[in-house]
Amino acid sequence: MREQHSNIAKPVATAADAAPRDVSLERIAEMVSACMQCGTCTGSCGSSAAMDVPPRGLWRMVQFGMKEEIFSSRTFWLCSSCYTCTLRCPRGLALTDAMSALKRLAIAEGRLTDKKSPAFYRAFLDSVRRYGRVREVEMMGRYFIALKNPATPLAFTPLGVKLMARGKLSAGWPRLFGAGKLEAIFGKVRELEEGR
Amino acid sequence: MNYFYYPGCSLEGTARELDASTRAVMETLGVELTEVSDWSCCGASAAEAVSRLLSLSLAARNLALAEGSRADAELLVPCSACYLNLRRVGGEIKGDGGALGRINQVLSEEGLAYRGGVRVRHLLDVLANDVGARRIAGKVRRPLAGLRIAPYYGCQILRPYADFDDPERPRSMEPVLSALGAEIHPWSGGGRCCGAGLMTTKKEVALDLTGSLLSSARGADAIATVCPMCQMNLEAFQKKISRRRGEDVAISILYLPQLIGAAFGLPPQRLGLNGNLALTPALHRKLRG
Repeated sequence: MREQHSNIAKPVATAADAAPRDVSLERIAEMVSACMQCGTCTGSCGSSAAMDVPPRGLWRMVQFGMKEEIFSSRTFWLCSSCYTCTLRCPRGLALTDAMSALKRLAIAEGRLTDKKSPAFYRAFLDSVRRYGRVREVEMMGRYFIALKNPATPLAFTPLGVKLMARGKLSAGWPRLFGAGKLEAIFGKVRELEEGR
Repeated sequence: MNYFYYPGCSLEGTARELDASTRAVMETLGVELTEVSDWSCCGASAAEAVSRLLSLSLAARNLALAEGSRADAELLVPCSACYLNLRRVGGEIKGDGGALGRINQVLSEEGLAYRGGVRVRHLLDVLANDVGARRIAGKVRRPLAGLRIAPYYGCQILRPYADFDDPERPRSMEPVLSALGAEIHPWSGGGRCCGAGLMTTKKEVALDLTGSLLSSARGADAIATVCPMCQMNLEAFQKKISRRRGEDVAISILYLPQLIGAAFGLPPQRLGLNGNLALTPALHRKLRG
């Protein structure tokens, strides 16, 4: 147990560090090559009002390979993966998958206009790799440490208190598995993706 | 009737009442659940945002474990995010001939292999279509008469795989709720996104999405959910959203199996009713019988 505690604050290598290249902008451009700019995606998107570039505009940028503009936009970080655009796209394009692919490419190339989402994904996957299952307290602890901003945990304190009062958060670390439960799977994925 | 059971990480933590109520209701209905031994995280939305192969492999590990126990396993999943991740493996294998080979290359590290034989089913699908409203009605001891409920489906059980409901205008929960004696609150919010993980990373955006749902559920006594993340987003931020919108959006939020269990007359501790963050005292009393 003590050993696991002392590991919490250390930066731990994850799949994200290995920058797996299972995507390229060219491949994402192929995914949306049939886009005819009808705007059904933008009209269907619950987050579009908060986006600096609406989804329709983003797909045009992707078709034209406008890398700078794409990766200085926060648009794809605001996709909540509701799949409504994918459902309604009259061209049948896998637009939600394309949003995820842009997240992967931005993380792989370290082009992060948004720090919170990648930090969250990393904390989450770190917990999965070590224990096989996510323990919410431990995972959020990693997320807060990675952000290095004391305001973030404070913003979550009211929720934490509510959950604690109902016995839903145990501060203990997972005991189910030893450290590195899914090490082999994470390692093999990294090996295969770097080998390409 | 028997299914393999994949609870998922949330059901061991913040959504433990979904686990408790699912098990209690299924037992009452005579449905046998066998938990997949040594199951691990489905990858959630985090793996998908980092590596597609990692996301598919983490999900497939669990399918391989279930398949190892029974070749034609049906896997019941109560969490919508887990459901989509596990379901996606089948979708990918079908669409990409090389996908299963790559996944199995990864799984071989643990001596596992997946052959594609598991059918992934969401809890709502099993309740609505395998068990059915008639059988549910037959177990009702304390009808939820006078209770008006807004059925909330969320996204991931409806899209992109519309396996058991209309992805634009979902209805599958209605016969189940009617079987309990409840009234249906007619609304268009059932399949609209609550903001999902954006509540952690882009709070303002998610508060607006959830706020619009809570507001359009006005007139209902409760919203019924079938996903831990939807449940958390809808129940945990109501005060903040009410201040933000300048309107009172307070409403009880319950998991569908909690409502079913209450109508069956099951004791409240088996349904985890003390775990809910938004449950009015009046409704709590009513559900306790």
